Amino acid sequence: MNSVEVTGLSVARGGRQVLHDLSFTLQPGQITGLLGPSGCGKTTLMRALVGVQSNVRGTLRILGEPAGSPGLRHRVGYVTQAPAVYGDLSVEENLVYFAAVLGAPHPRIAEVLVQVDLGDRRTQLVQSLSGGQRARVSLATALLSAPEVLVLDEPTVGLDPVLRRDLWDLFGRLTDAGATILVSSHVMDEAVRCDRLLLLREGRFVADDTPAGLLRKTGAGDLEGAFLTIAESTR
Amino acid sequence: MSARVTLATARRVLTQLRRDHRTMALLLVVPCVLLTLLRYLYDDQPAVFDRVGGPLLALFPFTTMFLVTSVAMLRERMSGTLERLLTTPLAKGDLLFGYALAFGVVAVVQTALASFVALVLLGLDLAASPALVVLLAVLDALLGMALGLFLSAFARSEFQAVQFLPAFVLPQLLLCGLFAPREAMAAPLRWLSDVMPLTYAVDGMQELAASSEPTGAFVRDLVVVAGASLLALALGAATLRRESA
Repeated sequence: MNSVEVTGLSVARGGRQVLHDLSFTLQPGQITGLLGPSGCGKTTLMRALVGVQSNVRGTLRILGEPAGSPGLRHRVGYVTQAPAVYGDLSVEENLVYFAAVLGAPHPRIAEVLVQVDLGDRRTQLVQSLSGGQRARVSLATALLSAPEVLVLDEPTVGLDPVLRRDLWDLFGRLTDAGATILVSSHVMDEAVRCDRLLLLREGRFVADDTPAGLLRKTGAGDLEGAFLTIAESTR
Repeated sequence: MSARVTLATARRVLTQLRRDHRTMALLLVVPCVLLTLLRYLYDDQPAVFDRVGGPLLALFPFTTMFLVTSVAMLRERMSGTLERLLTTPLAKGDLLFGYALAFGVVAVVQTALASFVALVLLGLDLAASPALVVLLAVLDALLGMALGLFLSAFARSEFQAVQFLPAFVLPQLLLCGLFAPREAMAAPLRWLSDVMPLTYAVDGMQELAASSEPTGAFVRDLVVVAGASLLALALGAATLRRESA
């Protein structure tokens, strides 16, 4: 069973074609990495999946419903690249507000705070947090409704290696529990943690494989090398 | 729409405002200071203070709420929180009425304070009951809020949002009948004045200044101000699109 089914996704922005006729499916229980250089269309693809991108052509079905339909809004979690939280509210006040909006029960707030390791920052104003901590508050708001599909746009930018490992452990636990995760990154060392990789270049997929499969196919020693090999061969 | 989400939004906006002590102080203190200046400017002409004081009680909440709302909404758009909210079950009405509720509360406090200073401390002489003054002033505040929400959609930066004040509020102020009687205006100016909502806000206060009982003209003013607010809110809702480029 596919949780996400996309056929013929094309997006034009300002007269320029950003995504070219993309088709793919995502499965529950899997972390799929969306990799590619900045400007290749990763964010546009994610925005199309959550239904906030205009000028979308193609068929996008998430959990059996058209992308962006009202029935999906508490079942799909979206974490934007820049933390979308209120700087002049405390961590807890942000979560209380988003819990009300998402209809999440109050005890979820303490749970997600533990999940993103911010339990000790509960009462601190978000604007006084570091960039990495702010990104985790933003992630926490998306986790409140325990979404079945999580779309994460570069959630680990600016985090130290320990925190990054912890977050990837968390993503692993969420997919073990049956969630579908699509996570974008331009850091290749994170790609190893994914079950599957989609390599996007100038709006087209240049690879769709497991990390091991990519290494085998390209004969490269690591994923950075594999990506370079593919990029060279498709130029 | 859901009452839970609307109330949560109102509480969230109020918490943000409350945390910004300087803005709160400016919202509450500036109208009182300006009224005091005006009172002593016309120290030997109490009739002039009585004529201008009422309309100013309509003007302060309108102007301040216009500014505060357009900047607050612009921040919501620019920080990505609006886009994030639009991917959640939140309805546009929840957001708009949440803002309206929060700024409505601030407007009540602002107007009650300004009215107390004007009517009790400075001896402003209005014929009608202070409750009607506060009622009309709160509606004026909501009108300013609704216009600010709507116009913030056309600003790309806080600089631009602030410039909408001279662009959209000052013409209404010039033509509202406070500087020159509307009857004496050239026809095109009079027509403009007729379609500007602030005209009715100021006229309503002048009615309250002149008559102890609510007049037909006052009721008309009230209805026009409320109607214009709802229209601006509807236009504002139309600018909140889930999908963007």
